[in-house]
Amino acid sequence: MSVRYAMLALLSEGPKYGLQLREEFEARTGEVWPLNVGQVYQTLQRLERDGLVESDGTSDEGPQKGFRITADGEQELARWLRTPPDLSSPPRDELVMKVLVALYVPSADVHAVIQAHRRYVVELMQQWTRIREDDAGDLNTVLAIDAELFRLDSVARWLDAAEARVNRAASDGTPPWGDQASTRNQTRAPLPRHRREVRVRR
Amino acid sequence: MSMLELRGVSKSYGQGGAEVHALREVSLTADEGEMVAVMGPSGSGKSTLLTIAGTLEEPTSGEVLVAGQPISTVSRNAKARLRRRVIGYVFQDFNLLPGLTAAENVSLPLELDGLSARKARVPGLRGLERLGLDGRAGHYPDQLSGGERQRVAIARAMVGERRLLLADEPSGALDSANAQAVMRLLLDACKEGGMAAVVVTHDAQLASWADRVVFLRDGRVTDQTAVAPGPESLLTPERNQ
Repeated sequence: MSVRYAMLALLSEGPKYGLQLREEFEARTGEVWPLNVGQVYQTLQRLERDGLVESDGTSDEGPQKGFRITADGEQELARWLRTPPDLSSPPRDELVMKVLVALYVPSADVHAVIQAHRRYVVELMQQWTRIREDDAGDLNTVLAIDAELFRLDSVARWLDAAEARVNRAASDGTPPWGDQASTRNQTRAPLPRHRREVRVRR
Repeated sequence: MSMLELRGVSKSYGQGGAEVHALREVSLTADEGEMVAVMGPSGSGKSTLLTIAGTLEEPTSGEVLVAGQPISTVSRNAKARLRRRVIGYVFQDFNLLPGLTAAENVSLPLELDGLSARKARVPGLRGLERLGLDGRAGHYPDQLSGGERQRVAIARAMVGERRLLLADEPSGALDSANAQAVMRLLLDACKEGGMAAVVVTHDAQLASWADRVVFLRDGRVTDQTAVAPGPESLLTPERNQ
């Protein structure tokens, strides 16, 4: 989460001190994203430089220095909230890479690789579920943990789908990297736009 | 104490070339107060495991113990009694009787066990109340929402002195919020009621409610999660910086 916009959001409720901003940020993200003091003051200095917040003018740079959001800051916050993050390019996912690489390594058992990752993901999900139940009264924490659980769930589902595809390929007698001889002369379907762009960059 | 123990249980159907091995040498325990999830894809043997654990089917080899009692040594009648008194089932599609009200559905196992309808109604209503359904006692299944129907099914599975809950995809037909509510109820039954529960599911989010997750593939237990460490291990600042 962007600390910059989290600070603007907290200040949109009214003027606050630096220390107060740090405490409220941690409380509202269920302490899932702890901040250090340096991050808070560096962010506030940049926001002030950009005219998005203003300080109370005291020379005190410590925890008691007060900040308030400016009109430009309110506008910037509203614009950010409505702007979807860039999801168009798939992230370079280490777990995906490991499963793909396991297909090519003769000594690797791809099923064992998939299961090792699946177990780890489910263990993480067990822990997050326990935390969520312990903090069931805190909406911010519950929402943040829900997001993490859905993300991990999508990883678990991908692992299931990957294993099913590997099994299907094995029962068809197709090598995991595909039957290149039969596809060499066929016209490939166009890749999604972002993939083509990646290839152009290469 | 283990409420359920499977020792080297195998189950096969058919013979010769048509023989299908549904379970191979499966060993599994569920202790009092513990929820165990069994995760696996379709055809991995999850439902067979549950029917054998519930004494509805006999294993081809291996031993099943319910509340410490080896099932192979008990009579047919004693097995039926065990199913009525000790083991509770929660099915994916609820399996409520459409001609009975919610209260009648819940108290039915007690009536089948010889209690009068009047006497069985009291624990039936108490079970509904515990699951927040006291206002629905007189409703028929088709007058209830999916989530309410599943809660009635859970109340039925827990009525009386049941000590082992077996649930087959218990929230498969429910939306996310209702599915989580069902898992919370099952976990409460374990933690507060001291029951043992075995929940089979293909859904990692639901399995994550369990104390332990056992992975089943092609009829074999291939892996299980370690005992989860305290939640605070995910909240250390070092991990997040």
